[in-house]
Amino acid sequence: MNSAAPLLSVRGLNAWYGESHALHGVDLDVFPSETVTLLGRNGVGKTTTLRAIMGLIRKRTGRIDFDGKDLMRLPLHRTAHAGIGFVPEERGIFATLTVDENLILPPVVAPGGMSVEEIFDLFPNLKERRNSPGTKLSGGEQQMLAIARILRTGVKVLLLDEPTEGLAPVIVQRIGELLAALKKRGMTVLLVEQNFRFASRVADRFYLMEHGKVMAEFPVGELNERMTLLHDVLGV
Amino acid sequence: MTDLTLREARGKSSSRLEWMLVALGILALVAAPFFVYPIFLMKMLCFALFACAFNLLLGYTGLLSFGHAAFFGGAAYFTAHSIKVWGWPPEAGILLGVAGAALLGLVIGFFAIRRQGIYFAMITLALSQMFFFFCVQAEFTEGEDGIQGVPRGFLFGLIDLHVPLNIYYVVLAVFLIGVFAIWRIVNSPFGMILRSIRENENRATSLGYSVANYKLAAFVMSAALAGLAGSVKAIVFQFATLTDVAWQMSGEVILMTLLGGIGTMVGPIVGAGLVVALQNMLATSDFPVTIATGLIFMVCVLVFRRGIVGEIYARVFHPAGSSKD
Amino acid sequence: MIFGIPIQAFLGQLLVGLINGSFYALLSLGLAIIFGLLRVINFAHGAQYMLGAFAGYLLLAHLGIGYWPALILAPLIVGVTGIIIERLALSRLYDIDPLYGLLFTFGLALVLEGVFRYYFGVSGNPYPVPPLLAGGTNLGFMFLPIYRGWVVVASLVICIGVWLAIEKTKFGSYLRAATENPSLVQAFGVNVPLLLTLTYGLGAALAGLAGILAAPVYQVSPLMGSNLIIVVFAVVVVGGMGSILGAIVTGYMLGLAEGLTKVFYPEASNIVIFVIMAIVLLVRPAGLFGKDA
Repeated sequence: MNSAAPLLSVRGLNAWYGESHALHGVDLDVFPSETVTLLGRNGVGKTTTLRAIMGLIRKRTGRIDFDGKDLMRLPLHRTAHAGIGFVPEERGIFATLTVDENLILPPVVAPGGMSVEEIFDLFPNLKERRNSPGTKLSGGEQQMLAIARILRTGVKVLLLDEPTEGLAPVIVQRIGELLAALKKRGMTVLLVEQNFRFASRVADRFYLMEHGKVMAEFPVGELNERMTLLHDVLGV
Repeated sequence: MTDLTLREARGKSSSRLEWMLVALGILALVAAPFFVYPIFLMKMLCFALFACAFNLLLGYTGLLSFGHAAFFGGAAYFTAHSIKVWGWPPEAGILLGVAGAALLGLVIGFFAIRRQGIYFAMITLALSQMFFFFCVQAEFTEGEDGIQGVPRGFLFGLIDLHVPLNIYYVVLAVFLIGVFAIWRIVNSPFGMILRSIRENENRATSLGYSVANYKLAAFVMSAALAGLAGSVKAIVFQFATLTDVAWQMSGEVILMTLLGGIGTMVGPIVGAGLVVALQNMLATSDFPVTIATGLIFMVCVLVFRRGIVGEIYARVFHPAGSSKD
Repeated sequence: MIFGIPIQAFLGQLLVGLINGSFYALLSLGLAIIFGLLRVINFAHGAQYMLGAFAGYLLLAHLGIGYWPALILAPLIVGVTGIIIERLALSRLYDIDPLYGLLFTFGLALVLEGVFRYYFGVSGNPYPVPPLLAGGTNLGFMFLPIYRGWVVVASLVICIGVWLAIEKTKFGSYLRAATENPSLVQAFGVNVPLLLTLTYGLGAALAGLAGILAAPVYQVSPLMGSNLIIVVFAVVVVGGMGSILGAIVTGYMLGLAEGLTKVFYPEASNIVIFVIMAIVLLVRPAGLFGKDA
């Protein structure tokens, strides 16, 4: 286990969509350079957790501390500058922006991010199509672009929502390689994933969510012992 | 505008209270001409009916028309012309005004319902402005002067409308019939469908309602009732002018409804009364009416979107659920 | 002679149409930018156009500041008042039905118009053509007042400039992205509330610029904006607000259509744009350049 202080610490997080109460006191920690995966069935609040941490959901209570800063107090546009990047489930590639423009849209928040050249070395497809509209890319390329543009910004933590959803196995494998490469660079990742096989390859630790809160937590080493529980909760 | 229109939050006990208030209100209107100048009261009643007709569309169907002056002023022209030039009796003149407004509503509505929301507002505004330009150029409207000196005549050949109390009670009767008609429309199965369109147009479509037809029907009814108000106003004041078809008039009726309470039965009546009273007050002062109107608009939109009656409903009849927006 | 109309009169009306079209284009451009990002139909756009013209007029009358500095100052003044209005009021209305934005700016337009009517009456005030652009030139087939030529050229340059700024600059890419998905752009760390404020300021400034450009052509009057804005709404319905370029092109096209109507059937020139709007609604409800209904 990690003895350092958590980089991201969430305590008693509640969140609401309008009148509907979606999170009922989520507690979780993410340590530096760790990849943590949130598991759970559809609608248990995994995406909501990411969106509430990011500040995209404003109706929330509890504590979110990141790198010594209290995220609850920050307006939405200051959260990224604290060092958190977000890749939404729907990828959020802009149709009226070219691939290039999409890539350089998020402002650089800290030194140490990848340069555009490094990104193009990693994703040669994107370079070839740098002047086409962002949404003319294939689903896999859009996902690469969605991750790549956050890597440019120099954030310490990446909130990644279902990066493999709807993608072909070859592409899923490439995203797995990408996450491994990021881990080598020391990137911290909080991942939401339905694809359990994928998650089990990339994650160091898991949180299992049910009914808007965390019901279990275990490292990757305990995966085999936990299979019965996972089977019951996830149906995998 | 679904987020603040009143949900029907009326329990049985408050419903009885409401009926008592309505009865009191009608009694007050019957007694009013003995205390207040009748012409002022009649102006209020005409605008109140106009605002209620407008609210049928905005409050109960969710469509913001920025062109209702065309129906109000258009009907005033038709009625004034038929009475003054053709010598028609008042009841026939009013009928023509209402029919003309309904026809105008059919034409303008036919185009406007092809778009939603903000576009709907802009299209109704543009088409009513087109009608305004038509009125500027057409012969029968008598140009800048308008149609002046319209004789009031005898209603059904019997009731002498030159007698102030006679015409007052005729106007009051028309007002009550008009508001009652709107109340019946709103509370009929047809009205329920209109409200479901207001709440969620896509759902209404998927339930199998031909939303476009319902919208058009509501638009024509609203136009016809606005026309009724305009026709009566032409007889009361004995003239019809360009003022009644100008876009400022469309703005005024929106203000009356917004101030009183969108989607409430009584709100537009209260709003119309207040705006007409304010205009009368300012008419003798130096302060321009447009500035006052504009300021009330801004304040209402910023802090008072339920309107006066809507606010009272929310606090008195349904205090718990009033924390919305 | 063209269809029995003297060529001079024909070209003259076409020029008038082009001038009107220039203002339609400038104003619908500003409306489209504001609507794209703020989802507010800026009813006060006409009043802000009037404010620009009056700013130029008052600068000249009271401070002796002439046309050229006013060309910068008037839009600046209108833009700053726009920014104040957005901060104080409009920014509170983004989360509710967009119709309230329309109603608020309608009230604002009434107040602005009312205030200027109160102090200046309804009659127009002339604004002199700057000496550099005075006079005219004979093109051989017609006489062209230089100032009118300037209006056409200046508005074209402004429209194309604004379009390029939106399509090619970093600020423009923020604007386009935020038009698509404002909360994601804000989550990336862009100060979207500030972007909204600046965009409204920019839109208002464009209206102000159109106003000072118009001052020497039309009379400076409190009512100059209110009738214009309704026509511009029709232009916007015809063009559809999905496209900046569409708003510009439609503005010029409808100005020309109006000019042509004045030649062939003057009685209908006031309403031809509304008629075109009705036809477009029948054939293509989303508008000529609109993407969705």
